[in-house]
Amino acid sequence: MVPTDRRYSKAHEWILVEGDVATVGITHYAQDQLGDIVYVELPEVNAELVKDEVMGTIESVKAVSEIFAPISGQILEVNQRLEGAPETVNSDPSGAGWYCKMTIAKAEELEQLLDAAAYEQLI
Amino acid sequence: MSETPAKRTPLHDRHIAHGARMVSFAGWDMPVQYSGLIDEHMAVRKRAGLFDVSHMGEARVRGSQACEFLQYLTCNNVATLKIGRAHYTGLMTPSGCFHDDLLIYRLDENEFLLVLNAANVGKDLAWMHDHLHRFDAELTDESEAWALLALQGPEAVAILEPIAADRVADLGYYMFTRTLVAGVDTLVSRTGYTGEDGFEFYLPADGAGKVWDALIERGTGHGLVPAGLGARDTLRLEAKMALYGNDIDDTTTALEADLGWIVKFKKGDFIGREALVRQKAEGIRRRLIGFEMEGRAIARHGYDACVDGRKAGKVTSGTLAPYLDKRIGLAYLPLEFCDVGSTFEVDVRGRAQPARVVKTPFYQRNRS
Repeated sequence: MVPTDRRYSKAHEWILVEGDVATVGITHYAQDQLGDIVYVELPEVNAELVKDEVMGTIESVKAVSEIFAPISGQILEVNQRLEGAPETVNSDPSGAGWYCKMTIAKAEELEQLLDAAAYEQLI
Repeated sequence: MSETPAKRTPLHDRHIAHGARMVSFAGWDMPVQYSGLIDEHMAVRKRAGLFDVSHMGEARVRGSQACEFLQYLTCNNVATLKIGRAHYTGLMTPSGCFHDDLLIYRLDENEFLLVLNAANVGKDLAWMHDHLHRFDAELTDESEAWALLALQGPEAVAILEPIAADRVADLGYYMFTRTLVAGVDTLVSRTGYTGEDGFEFYLPADGAGKVWDALIERGTGHGLVPAGLGARDTLRLEAKMALYGNDIDDTTTALEADLGWIVKFKKGDFIGREALVRQKAEGIRRRLIGFEMEGRAIARHGYDACVDGRKAGKVTSGTLAPYLDKRIGLAYLPLEFCDVGSTFEVDVRGRAQPARVVKTPFYQRNRS
């Protein structure tokens, strides 16, 4: 269930690195815990974020959850689709439900993230 | 503080078997959702849902002055409540606010069943005991003895009728009867907290499993699903039913909460009457209103309501309303901003989001 092509934060985000771009999303486990997702607040494109800073929020019917920057970097692109179809995070959290793409300001921060096996242990 | 383990209802194992996500609520381990909140919500509006609400408290009041005792402690008129009927009322503070909101069932001339919010049972009983000595009445906490199930939705009658010993289809709204359901002695009440037709079942804790299983079995062909506290909350909000601790509490009066219809001034003296009479004469300054968000943001309990950038009130409940597909909520606003159609903003995590006062209830079923 946990894709092995990417890394994970303890706050249940996944980070897929392709070249110098990191795509960020929330994990299958996280969307399952949240339940029906009805609203996604995306970060501003070009925003500079420091690791663990709040990037935006994801809301289920019942609750609001903050999304934290899993690494430091600048926002390159956000998944506009989530504004109109937030439920995509439930149906395809590891794919079409991605949250944002960002630069990797500090490569060493990637090392601090969990691999799939370690994340599986966490959940 | 000592950590007491969460209490379990008699249906706990069944919730686990149905794949429920359990949460701690008012000291109870309760199912918040099974298949998914929106699914369950829609099932109740279109077909039927079955809720375990055994966490609710029950207390019995009996004695030659049971009626007088409740008349004095609550704001609705117990004297005109007929045997076999229930009403919604408030256990009031001297300032006309809510110790709790509750249902009172008149079981007999001198015998009543009170249904209390789980989180308030302790303080309600303490408050009632403080006043009991002046009346020939006794009060017993029966919360542990009773299980409470709610079958809600347009298919409720069709599901219940075949397994009830007596005819239940003709039972009027807020009326109850005692009958056998799946062979279990049950108080069947035409009430609910969803805005939908349905029944609530008060039954001995050891009979709960049998009734639950029978309803699930009968109901499956009607599209019945088990439904959790999550859907219960969104359903009650669409129907604009107040939630204690969110929309009403011991700082909000019955008049401010738009619950003037449960305050019967002419019935005689009761705790809180003087304050409510005064407030009625002077006029309220704020009122609980229903609103819709104009954008996609969702207002939540505790967010500030603002007018012209200045804080004017508080959101008490807010959600995405699954059936209406709107973002709705309740808020206390100063009276001058309470008219239907007037606009204000909700401070959603630092961003002002436009909202508009609307007519309530947000959702009302068609009654044929």
